[in-house]
Amino acid sequence: MIALFACMLLLLIGLYAVVTKRNIIRIIIGFSLVEYAVNLFFALVGFKRNGIPPIITELGQSRSNFVDPVPQALVLTAIVIGLATTALMLALAMRIYEKYRTFDITEIRRLKG
Amino acid sequence: MRGMSPIVQVIARLLAGMLFLFGTYVVLHGHLTPGGGFAGGVLIAAAFILMSLAFGSVEQTERNSYTLSSVIESLGGVLFVSLALAGYAAGTFFFQNAAVYGTGTPLKLISGGIILPANIAIGIKVGAGLFAIFLALGASRFVMKD
Amino acid sequence: MTELYVLLAAMLIAALVAIEIRDLLAAAVALGIVGFSVAIMFILLQAPDLAIVQIVVETMTVVFFAAVILRTTNVDGTLPGGFTRSMVFPAAMYGIFGVLFLVAVGRALGALPAFGSPTMLVAGQYIALGLERTGAANVVAAIILDFRGYDTLGEATVLFTAVVGVLTITRRAGRKERLGGGES
Repeated sequence: MIALFACMLLLLIGLYAVVTKRNIIRIIIGFSLVEYAVNLFFALVGFKRNGIPPIITELGQSRSNFVDPVPQALVLTAIVIGLATTALMLALAMRIYEKYRTFDITEIRRLKG
Repeated sequence: MRGMSPIVQVIARLLAGMLFLFGTYVVLHGHLTPGGGFAGGVLIAAAFILMSLAFGSVEQTERNSYTLSSVIESLGGVLFVSLALAGYAAGTFFFQNAAVYGTGTPLKLISGGIILPANIAIGIKVGAGLFAIFLALGASRFVMKD
Repeated sequence: MTELYVLLAAMLIAALVAIEIRDLLAAAVALGIVGFSVAIMFILLQAPDLAIVQIVVETMTVVFFAAVILRTTNVDGTLPGGFTRSMVFPAAMYGIFGVLFLVAVGRALGALPAFGSPTMLVAGQYIALGLERTGAANVVAAIILDFRGYDTLGEATVLFTAVVGVLTITRRAGRKERLGGGES
């Protein structure tokens, strides 16, 4: 239970960076933290005490002790998608720096056009 | 970026070869050991990125080479969708697995029906796509750093 | 399970460092520390597939951040020196939101099954039928490529869209500079 709360605390820290900070790179770091927290939450929900990884190594092995494989399957693609969206945000940040010469979002709002 | 010192270049050559081999191993044995298409694809992309960082060719990258990477990535995606459409060719559903190929003997390399070719397609797609993203982020020609 | 709690504490401290430190490159490194802690936690939670993917993806994330930061600037000019008055109101509002969110999370977690004993209604079927129906020994690979193949198709589409997006955004903006104001 404490582990699940700590995971939600990481999500709150990342969300704080997205909402409050003024530098674009810090906002992107906040988004990355939120993604890590969500993936970790899924893996925590699927955990089984004294479980073994869900891989069959020999035929006739007892499968009753596997941890839950469905959250792992969902998180596997989510991790790679998180990388792709972070790369997209970084490309946009680089374009903004090229045009406005600053990463400060209040400056960018004032220098319109 | 001018490339790094000769020590780094020698080590990078050895390491990139081993990374590429290990990435291919992880892709091909995705249905037997942990890993699969995504992990192996990212490892293959890491091998290419290491080579291009150590030999300093990031700055002189012409636009053609990241066009080539994105073409290979699209080919990986087309291969994946055509494997899924092969279910139609056998008269059953989209993405049908064992009815098309047969399961093979379990715990050997040739098993799991459509899973092995699908892992290869995803490995190609993810590897080439991430290398194209890195080249675009690192080598696109901006007016920077006055 | 004490390693899990030690890693959680390290992860939270590194996250606080990543959003507060002044140098942007150091913030990217702190993000790398968070990612590695999450990868080791995946190993402790008996998920080796996720650990492999998380380690390499997190390394690539730090490499992408470093590529962008080293090409632009690594000084964050927006942090105020001390603790100014304009920081009090957003922090207080966010604190109230955080407390309410944690109360709601507490009530929601009471409805979930206890930590360490999942119900596994759907997964029971997949584990029992995995080897016979698909022939793959890795149950997670069988799930993402056979039982739930549509999700993998969606992921391939998202990755393709992201690559196309990045290549379009960083494309050189026309030929105006070279031809001196000719065609765009």
